[in-house]
Amino acid sequence: MATKLVPKELMKRPERLAPGHRLCAGCGASIIVRQMMAAIDGPVVLANATGCLEVATTIYPYTAWRVPWIHNAFENAASTISGVEAAYRSLVRQGKMEEQNVKFIAFGGDGGTYDIGIQALSGAAERGHQFLYVCYDNGAYMNTGIQRSSATPLGANTTTSPAGKAIPGKQQNRKDLTAIMAAHNIPYVAQASPSRWRDLMEKTRKAVNCGGAAFINVLSSCNRGWRHAADETIEITQLGVDTCYWPLYEVENGEWRLTYKPKEKPPVEEWLERQGRFRHLFRPENRHIIDQFQEEVDLRWERLLRLCGEA
Amino acid sequence: MSTFEALAGNEAVATAMRQINPDLVAAYPITPQTSTVQKFADFVSDGLVDTEFVCVESEHSAMSACVGASAAGARVMTATAANGLALMWEIVYIAASNRCPIVMSLVNRALSGPINIHCDHSDVMGMRDAGWIILFSESGQEAYDNLIQAVRIAEHPDVLLPVAVCQDGFITSHGMERVEVYDDPDVKAFVGQFKPQWSLLDLENPKTYGPLDFYDYYYEHKRQQVDAMEHAQGVIMEVAKEFNAKFGRDYGLFESYRVEDADVAVVAANSTAGTAKVVVDQLRGDGLKVGLLKPRLFRPFPAKELADALGHLKAVAVMDRSISFGAMENAGPLFLELAAALALHGVQMPMADYVYGLGGRDILPGEIESVYRDMLHAAETGQVEQMVTYLSVRE
Repeated sequence: MATKLVPKELMKRPERLAPGHRLCAGCGASIIVRQMMAAIDGPVVLANATGCLEVATTIYPYTAWRVPWIHNAFENAASTISGVEAAYRSLVRQGKMEEQNVKFIAFGGDGGTYDIGIQALSGAAERGHQFLYVCYDNGAYMNTGIQRSSATPLGANTTTSPAGKAIPGKQQNRKDLTAIMAAHNIPYVAQASPSRWRDLMEKTRKAVNCGGAAFINVLSSCNRGWRHAADETIEITQLGVDTCYWPLYEVENGEWRLTYKPKEKPPVEEWLERQGRFRHLFRPENRHIIDQFQEEVDLRWERLLRLCGEA
Repeated sequence: MSTFEALAGNEAVATAMRQINPDLVAAYPITPQTSTVQKFADFVSDGLVDTEFVCVESEHSAMSACVGASAAGARVMTATAANGLALMWEIVYIAASNRCPIVMSLVNRALSGPINIHCDHSDVMGMRDAGWIILFSESGQEAYDNLIQAVRIAEHPDVLLPVAVCQDGFITSHGMERVEVYDDPDVKAFVGQFKPQWSLLDLENPKTYGPLDFYDYYYEHKRQQVDAMEHAQGVIMEVAKEFNAKFGRDYGLFESYRVEDADVAVVAANSTAGTAKVVVDQLRGDGLKVGLLKPRLFRPFPAKELADALGHLKAVAVMDRSISFGAMENAGPLFLELAAALALHGVQMPMADYVYGLGGRDILPGEIESVYRDMLHAAETGQVEQMVTYLSVRE
């Protein structure tokens, strides 16, 4: 029997990511990992792309991981876990190891996933390894000091798309990686947020039991890069969901389904104004960027509603 | 009973892979390695191996999957060449640092650019410092024999390092030759089973692989890689001895061909050594005391043994199938390393480097003979006319 997704039961689950790791207070990544790990009852083997989650949890000779865990390099978490998973299948098939229903999961940030790791991810997904790839998307290379990635939202101030006198932050819209992964026609793709923890946990369960490759893109806040207080992570990620910057949905065997529909859809500037990385957009001369941002959010949201049969 | 088969070098390698029956192969096609994985894919599709064959989307992912699988306790092999190896480069280092006993068939090919698919040794020279054991093979037979031995060397508990087995692209990889193929059960018995000591799939005893390792421990881990390299040479000789007892082929750190009573010798790796032996025999017929030293083990570099084997000569030439651009005299890497080895072991003699065969250009017996004649002259005068010569290049 799977553990019921209720706090009373989940609290009894052993922690797989031990306390004492060195992620910042309020970091979205550790909240996401703990929620997802609590959703899985059986054994897991994890791979991690280079990034905050990796460097802050395994500073030799210490490790915060109470489960098997491997880090290889930045761009290859997907191909690394594909090798682990294929080795497992080989060893089980040959009777060299017992079948134990092991779940293989790779974690990467948006830099390691949208950018440098997209090829390895695409290849592993196409090959149909039974694994879940989790991208914790905080919209920049936070580990190396807040550089823009292809997941960085329009207008964001990062250290390589600084809000300067001539150029007001990042000039491009973000890549839609979740849709790209859905286009791989793998059994399960979803977008989630730690602010909707039960939704994230249900998606995690579906993903690891889908019988093939799965991908979950999880909105993660980095309070250092987003510039908000450490205790606002859940509130601000939820605002990202409610403004439809980060809709929650899943694509299960090609069927698109909205898993959360905000009662109201506040203007995206309510999300933007909570974060220091967008502060410059609120100067009068940059108003058009906020408008442009809203247009893109609306366009993507309406397209998603059509795909989910909600339009 | 072994059998004799007409096999191209790559087919011989694929045959060894079938007999070794690794748990996992991850590879990507690249000329002139491709026929290896094609042939191996036939074995997979025909159910002749138990291997999980992971047909990755790049060599970078090939080596990444190999590292994951090796950490998971699987016996792992791959094959590549030139640009493929270059694309793997980042993970080539990580494989050695994680002490993953991966075995790679490396079919030597010129690195771009300009793009060229033919043989030279610029690819393997790029992995000199990566922490891999590197073996050279003159022929398909040697590539086959070395691959079988490589599994034992890599997985030895005192070593646990990846091994690359080289052969020359097209020249031997696609050259049909008479290969002695040993019986499947004999090869399987020789390689045995891989017994991983720190499997990632040991679920009861979770391991953390590849942590962040700063100034307080990184250096010690590098030092441990040195220890493994130091152990490797003895293990390579033990495995060779056992191989010889079982299969009747004698391998060492290098092959000395008529060097013992020679005045001068040439040092040449891979297929060129075969051509050079013919030249040695011809010149010996003319009464000239010449020999050939063919390196088998390039990493770890057996400096002292090479100095001992060559110390009595009056002159020695190295034939390099690659250039270390900007290095001393723009010489080749093999020359530079051998010159250092001889000097540091107190051997003084005229030495010259002959760069040849880049991008697959043929090396002819007459050209090798000219090298011997230069060396015989140097032996007489006590000095070389030119330290580095680019053989048969249009200047």
